[in-house]
Amino acid sequence: MSFRTETLSLDGLSLRMRRGGSGAPLLYLHGTDGLSEWPAFLDALAERYEVFAPDHPGFGGTECPEWMDDVSDLAYFYLDVMDALGFRDARVVGHSLGGWIALEAAVRNQSRIKDLTLIASAGVHVRGHAKADIFMIDPDEQARLAYADPQMAEEAAQKALADKYQDVAITDRIASARFGWNPRFHNPRLGRWLHRVNAPTLIVWGEQDRIFPPVTGPAMQALIPGSQLVVIPDCGHLPHVEKMDATLAAMGCAR
Amino acid sequence: MRVMSFHLMPYADLDVSMRDEYRSAWVVLPNSYFDPEKGHKLYNRYLDELELAAELGFDGVCINEHHQTAYGLMPSPVVMAAALSRRTKSCRIAILGNAFCLRDNPLTLAEEHAMIDVITGGRLITGFVRGVGSEYFSFGTNPVHSLERHKEANDLVVRAWTETGPFAFEGKHYNIPYVNIWPRPYQQPHPPIWCPSGGSVETIEWAAHPDRKYVYVQTYSPRETVARYLDLYRETAATKYGYEAKSDRIAWCAPVYVAETDEQAVNEAREHIEMMFNVLLPKYSELMFFPPGYMSPDSLKKVLAAKKGNRGGVTIEQLIDRGIIICGSPETVRNAITRAHHEMGFEEFMCMLMFGSMPAHLTEKNIRLFAAEVLPAIRALTEADYRGFEPVGRLAAQ
Repeated sequence: MSFRTETLSLDGLSLRMRRGGSGAPLLYLHGTDGLSEWPAFLDALAERYEVFAPDHPGFGGTECPEWMDDVSDLAYFYLDVMDALGFRDARVVGHSLGGWIALEAAVRNQSRIKDLTLIASAGVHVRGHAKADIFMIDPDEQARLAYADPQMAEEAAQKALADKYQDVAITDRIASARFGWNPRFHNPRLGRWLHRVNAPTLIVWGEQDRIFPPVTGPAMQALIPGSQLVVIPDCGHLPHVEKMDATLAAMGCAR
Repeated sequence: MRVMSFHLMPYADLDVSMRDEYRSAWVVLPNSYFDPEKGHKLYNRYLDELELAAELGFDGVCINEHHQTAYGLMPSPVVMAAALSRRTKSCRIAILGNAFCLRDNPLTLAEEHAMIDVITGGRLITGFVRGVGSEYFSFGTNPVHSLERHKEANDLVVRAWTETGPFAFEGKHYNIPYVNIWPRPYQQPHPPIWCPSGGSVETIEWAAHPDRKYVYVQTYSPRETVARYLDLYRETAATKYGYEAKSDRIAWCAPVYVAETDEQAVNEAREHIEMMFNVLLPKYSELMFFPPGYMSPDSLKKVLAAKKGNRGGVTIEQLIDRGIIICGSPETVRNAITRAHHEMGFEEFMCMLMFGSMPAHLTEKNIRLFAAEVLPAIRALTEADYRGFEPVGRLAAQ
């Protein structure tokens, strides 16, 4: 499936966006790993949907304006993006940081959102269950922790080792810290407003997620009325990469 | 040249077998390794050492700030400055430095520094630092905002020290409706501000700005790094800002050990300096000292490239060869500092006379020998002993 790159000028910044496929709109909000490694998951989704995959400001070597301080700013920004794209009933799929953005946007305004898929999502924290500190451990160690499968973990670690001084790897880490440094990848006030999410919500977690503890899945499910939780066995922090078919099946997109 | 005695106040009694289990003496090393009774003795011993230096005629005593580490036991250097303010009578007290930008309200430090300045009748030097990278883990402060907060905190503090209050400070990171500190500082317009750094283009450009002209202190580093950054201050002043930087804006801080002979100095210092570099300094990961956004991507790439192949197992011979430390007989040490001044022209020198696990008796011997045999000679060094700045030739060659 071929994606084209577009630029959307909005709120004083240029948002770089990959767009491909046809069908109802699907907005994919990436995690801290950015989109420099293109997920085949998006090609699969593009068989059914018109997929919009932006780089969050600051990721993928793009500019982040100085005023963009936190995920609240990102949430309002993506509400503007959905307005500008004229979405009426978009599927919104977010991984890690992207899931958090989706939730922050949804509690503010879900009029353009048909449903939500949150994959190993940030945003909610369960007291006493620390996430891996991706800012302290070296990138290869982080990559190793991201997969349940030892071979995939080792391959990812070698790639991270080779890439870690690349500009995009450095600036992706800076962008991740901008939005997720403190408190680490969550908003302590978000939980008290998640009852406002009434779009159908699917929560996906890898049973062996060593980055964001799987205990967060049930906690998130309890906070979002009517939400569904799917836990995928033998799977780490990247279910859409490590267990793509199972993730697609959970979304009702089995191939 | 003015010469001050600098103390890191390390936890000298650290059980070095911690290395088997923990990757760093910073942030992740459990504080059960700190024995309060040993700490009690160390703090008092270290204060005695600084007071001794003051009595022996050093121009000042220096302390600094670090958090959650055995590397240095001064999360609040202000506490040490307060202790020293009444036990020293005429020398300067230099806090090199305090990380104002790590605090949610930097005014608390501005008030405390003003208190020290008033108590001492104007003997305070304030160091403005951002803290080392690991301190952003200790504090939770976002490193992405480090430089912004550093500059804004400086604006806030200088205004609080110099403008009649109350006034409202309206910034991005700091919003304080009433700024009106009591006491105001003793020195007018405010205590001197110095900028210690391990080498940062961003810090130098900021410190050398004509509105500030803050003293730049290069902390211990390889000889060529020290020369590069001290020259960069002059170069930045000349080419970017169009003025000639004076040597009194240029400072260097290095570990020094002096003994009766070169051989004895190396033998006595070896275990303790190697403990500092191989046990107290190692970090948990490459990123621990350089968290995201703490420095620009270009600076980060340079720093990481420079540190490659430089992990642990450092020997005193390497440290001496690379000019990171000065160690030897009084003549060797005098010559090393004189030669460095000839090449780099620093009017301020800070010597760290205790490091790592060095015991009290060797530290005292070091202080006394330095004061008797080195101090008089290097204090006599002047601008005439500096070969002068030749920007084109030297910087081009690097």
